[in-house]
Amino acid sequence: MTTPLLKVEHLSTAIEEGELLHDVSLEIGEGETHVLMGPNGAGKSTFGNTLMGNPNYKVTGGRIWFDGEDITELSADKRAAKGLFLSFQNPLEVPGLSLEAFLRNAIRQRTGKPLKIFQFKKELEQTMELLQMDEAYADRDLNVGFSGGEKKKAEILQLLMLRPKLAILDETDSGLDVDAVRTVSQGIEEYQKKRGGALLVITHSTKILEALDVDYTHIIVKGRLVKTGDASLVDEINEHGFEQYLSAE
Amino acid sequence: MGIQEVAEVDRSLYDFKDDEKDFYRLQEGLTPDIVKQISEEKHDPQWMRDFRLQSLEIYNNTPVPDWGPSIDGLDMDHISSYVRANTNMKGSWEEVPEEIRNTFEKLGIPQAERESLAGVGAQYDSELVYHNVRAEVADQGVVYTDMESALTGEYADMVEEHFMKLVPPTDHKFAALHGAVWSGGSFVYVPKGVKVEIPLQSYFRLNAKGAGQFEHTLIIVDEGADLHFIEGCSAPKYNVANLHAGCVELYVRKNARLRYSTIENWSKNMYNLNTKRALVDENATMEWVSGSFGSHVSYLYPTTILRGDNSHCEFTGITFAGGGQNLDTGAKMIQLGKNTSSYINSKSISKDGGISTYRSSIEIRPTAKGAKSSVDCASLMLDDISRSDTIPAMDIRTGDADVGHEAKIGRISDEAVFYLMSRGISESEARAMIVSGFADTVSKELPLEYAAEMNNLIKLEMEGM
Repeated sequence: MTTPLLKVEHLSTAIEEGELLHDVSLEIGEGETHVLMGPNGAGKSTFGNTLMGNPNYKVTGGRIWFDGEDITELSADKRAAKGLFLSFQNPLEVPGLSLEAFLRNAIRQRTGKPLKIFQFKKELEQTMELLQMDEAYADRDLNVGFSGGEKKKAEILQLLMLRPKLAILDETDSGLDVDAVRTVSQGIEEYQKKRGGALLVITHSTKILEALDVDYTHIIVKGRLVKTGDASLVDEINEHGFEQYLSAE
Repeated sequence: MGIQEVAEVDRSLYDFKDDEKDFYRLQEGLTPDIVKQISEEKHDPQWMRDFRLQSLEIYNNTPVPDWGPSIDGLDMDHISSYVRANTNMKGSWEEVPEEIRNTFEKLGIPQAERESLAGVGAQYDSELVYHNVRAEVADQGVVYTDMESALTGEYADMVEEHFMKLVPPTDHKFAALHGAVWSGGSFVYVPKGVKVEIPLQSYFRLNAKGAGQFEHTLIIVDEGADLHFIEGCSAPKYNVANLHAGCVELYVRKNARLRYSTIENWSKNMYNLNTKRALVDENATMEWVSGSFGSHVSYLYPTTILRGDNSHCEFTGITFAGGGQNLDTGAKMIQLGKNTSSYINSKSISKDGGISTYRSSIEIRPTAKGAKSSVDCASLMLDDISRSDTIPAMDIRTGDADVGHEAKIGRISDEAVFYLMSRGISESEARAMIVSGFADTVSKELPLEYAAEMNNLIKLEMEGM
């Protein structure tokens, strides 16, 4: 059996106010697409942030393995360098730093190699076209004054430009209109199908999943994984909601 | 202020009393004999010699300012007001003594001159050691010379007419000191309608330990003319106090435009008590770009008098206060003409216990119908031990002024740092990127090589956080 790309063993996470995740275990293989669903406040974002190494969330138990290495203690930039990516639910605004300058810097730091400017420019242009982003956004300050949809497109742009092995998408579809969801989905499809990238899609709706081939679905309730199933679990949740898992608690 | 007040001040120069006691007290450091000696060294015309002595008198009778950062560490008895290197001014770098030339080479001045400047003046301690202006610019009738030559040259009358009329010695104690012991600096005259396409630059280097630098810059941009002037300053660090009390007087005539850019990076033992003022006529534009990184204590508030109708001023400034620095900076606008407009965009950063204070004053006088003013200041504190204060004053004497003010004080958000780190950027780099981004509205206004220098300064300051 091959080593999974991501292996989470008995992970517990806390903030000052108390424990948020309890004993969560999960494995994601290369190129697999997993969906994490759950009601509001179940710990979905906490899980994504903990995997990425957000210092606000303290690991109180368990280990996280990525690509065969224990990354539990690594800082976020080291995790990114190993090929982990988190698309933020609320991407931060950085005034004075243009989207393009930021991407160049990120690629340079992640690879540790000088950037091939011409190739980068071409790729950026093509990717922005795919995401139906006006090329003027490349010169604009990162996320500053972007609409909700443009912010999410910018996240997927980063995903495609940075080429991670595993991307965690935290509520990437929330607050988007139908057209924006379609465009963003196309970007994710490109990553999933053409590049074979693995995905952990955190969502509480299902619009974004329509275009993706889902391998596994996990249900999280009150910080615990209560059920893992295949793609059909998504439809079941769609029909019946989380009711039965809540009452089981 | 404006015309009437300038005239009043002028008269008051002659309305003073001798105070023997004060003279005596100052005998150790600054005496009439020392001032006379400087005057002699510099072959001043008689009026200047008188002016210096009167200024000294005013200096002795004016109290030290008591409203800003402490300048107790500044002991005038131990500041040498005049230090001259053993050379006179040269017109080519080859003739400048090697050691001094090397200093300016290290600062990149000769290279910048070759690549992107129309003329350069380089001051070392109290005197200019180099001055040159491109032939094509000189052919346009542009005068760019050291102040000493200007005093006796073709434009002597013009200099006498304008010298310390905008900043009279009665303005404050260090203006008086400047009047008494000033040395070096530049005189620029741009004739009517002449547009100088590439910038002129003066660079001030204070090398002597425990010395003062008191250069005087006088620029007159005549009607319809256009100029960008750049000023750079630096000094090596000593463990005794140094003093910079320069004076900049700018006259922007009808329909003219002047941009005055400064990157100040004095060493951290420097007391920077500099005075800058511009008088702007009808339909003319004054632009200040100011970067303050160095010095132990700074008092710096470039002032613009919008005298003419439809005149306009923009001030863009950034101040970076690190450990042991107390930088009190800002701008002052005095709007007299109709439909005058002023815009201030100020940024300040403080770290390692540094104190950064933004202080500004907007005065809209009764004559300034239809005036506009907008102030935007933002401060960034990089840790819990640093300080940032904002002291904006506004005095509006018209009923129809359009005035806006926005102030923000903040810290680097941990979430933003995590966001950048999640893309593979190291923590220190992420912080530097956020700080550089914060400073971006200012660096965008700087000539390219200065913007690069500023970003390097920020990066340097951010390392080891």
